[in-house]
Amino acid sequence: MTGYIARRLLFVVLVLVAVSMLVFSITALLPANVAHLILGPFAPPEQVRALELKLGLTDPIWLQYVRWAGGFLSGNLGESTLMNRPIGPLLMEAIGRSMMLTGASFVLIAVIGIGLGIIAALRHGGPLDHGISVGTYLGIAVPEFFWAIIVIIVVAAWLGWLPASGYEPLSAGFTVWAKHLIAPTMTLVFGHLAHVSRLTRSSMIEVLQSPYVTAARAKGLPERVVVMHHALRNALLPTITVLALDFGRLMGGIVVVETIFAYPGLGRLIVFSIQNRDLPTLQAAILVVAAIYALANLLADLLYARFNPKIRFGRNVG
Amino acid sequence: MPASTPRSGSVAMSVDQITEAPVIEAAPRRPMSLQLKVGLVITGSIVLLGLLAPWIAPHPWDTISMRTRFVPPNATYWFGTDEYGRDVLSRLLMGTRLSLAMGVSATLVSLAVGIPMGLAAGYFRGWVDEVLMRLADVFMAIPPIMLGLLVLAVTPPALWKTALAVGFVYIPPIARLARSVTLTLANEEFIQAAKARAETNSYILFREILPNAWPPLIVEASLRVTYAILLGSALSFLGLGAQPPSSDWGLMISEARAFIDRAPWIALAPGFAMCLLVIGINLLGDGARERLDPRLKSRVTER
Repeated sequence: MTGYIARRLLFVVLVLVAVSMLVFSITALLPANVAHLILGPFAPPEQVRALELKLGLTDPIWLQYVRWAGGFLSGNLGESTLMNRPIGPLLMEAIGRSMMLTGASFVLIAVIGIGLGIIAALRHGGPLDHGISVGTYLGIAVPEFFWAIIVIIVVAAWLGWLPASGYEPLSAGFTVWAKHLIAPTMTLVFGHLAHVSRLTRSSMIEVLQSPYVTAARAKGLPERVVVMHHALRNALLPTITVLALDFGRLMGGIVVVETIFAYPGLGRLIVFSIQNRDLPTLQAAILVVAAIYALANLLADLLYARFNPKIRFGRNVG
Repeated sequence: MPASTPRSGSVAMSVDQITEAPVIEAAPRRPMSLQLKVGLVITGSIVLLGLLAPWIAPHPWDTISMRTRFVPPNATYWFGTDEYGRDVLSRLLMGTRLSLAMGVSATLVSLAVGIPMGLAAGYFRGWVDEVLMRLADVFMAIPPIMLGLLVLAVTPPALWKTALAVGFVYIPPIARLARSVTLTLANEEFIQAAKARAETNSYILFREILPNAWPPLIVEASLRVTYAILLGSALSFLGLGAQPPSSDWGLMISEARAFIDRAPWIALAPGFAMCLLVIGINLLGDGARERLDPRLKSRVTER
């Protein structure tokens, strides 16, 4: 197992190095370089030239990459061209806020998704099962930004319960903080329930038909104990993998959701830096997202291997 | 053609749950499942409405009229009018073409690049396989929407660029599927026979393997169209796709955001249209998949 983990970790590092090259190479594709972006379109050429020299933009691209990547590793992410602030703290603030959002959504997805899956499996073939199945199907067919619009229309515009957008820090009071978190969290949860609930349902149905569940029932154990202790434990193995993958998917989901709800997290920072051509911030943010995504996928692989020895010793798992 | 020989056990376990590639054989005529029928009807009607849009749209889609701003749905304007007094239904119909064209062309891009990649990786194995699949891993290490944003960040937005970017983003999954199908096919007897006849590699790849790999690829492609439509409209929504005054659905919803409390119909119409289209294509794809290989149960769609 240790060898397997080491191999997978090494692979993640290699992938991230490749991603960093990919992310950096878009600088080379831009018609205007960072010096032009900082000084604006009307800057005199000699001034641009001076700044290019100062920033080392006249060096060959590989040297620029090495410098950038080296800075990244030593914790110096450079400066945002737009906000004139070091990117590090900027990014940390955004990550913190995004983690509140994705963390809350993740817990709800796990609890509600597994719950719905169990109910659907116990009512296998009945109207409740079909209802859940149609509901989660809708969740996946509806684009996230449309879920967001519906949530805003219903909860904010129509019922007037929650603010339609924005963010308040925890220091402004718990209720204010939580109120701003509810609408975006609801949106993310709707869009991601289906994977977890459908998988839990199908593996639960399979487990409930297995001999040891029949044996447990034959022993006269109450149904609640059979379901919660005997069946659920085994049925949840594949679900755990999907949950880890879902954490990665949430990292994609926050782009749209944070933009709509004007929630100042990582996703909004990325969109904002694209709209304002703030290249250094964009590169750093995407690299961070890729790292989180890769680690979530690694976790999914490891959990899967932990529970499935066939994979652990397989040669090529990539 | 030894098409009906009993196939050996699966050679490649793929993430896409394809354990065996169905070789083309005289498909047994079974009645179409309800799923497939409903999918066909929904998708067919939307495609038809989109094709006929310029002739059936009740009003001009882009004529600004200040006197008819924010008219709620009524007999003249079935779906109401927007902030410029334009008929929402007409814009919706014209937008159907854009969404469909975007989804289909993006998927064609993924297929055009992904299939040859997958064929080569699965057939040549060795370092070709290793290089191509590790490359795919790198691109799959970034969430699709971020990869799309990254590609589009460097150029001024336009819908065709969005389609290209979306197509690019979804190359790796297509390549992986094509690879796993090829791995299974490469051990079939008719491929051994072709090798024994000293056929060229390109002949074997494109004349022997590809025709037999089509069915699962086509089904996957049809499902991929929905991912492409969803991703493309999300990018348009973020301002990195179609530009005003275009009536792309994602853009329509994005523009309608400011008027949600006074005129929710502007956002709801394209939103529901998109859901209907995605559900229609999903039913069609899942139905076709089960018809093709009844053992494959409808899967949990990944996005």
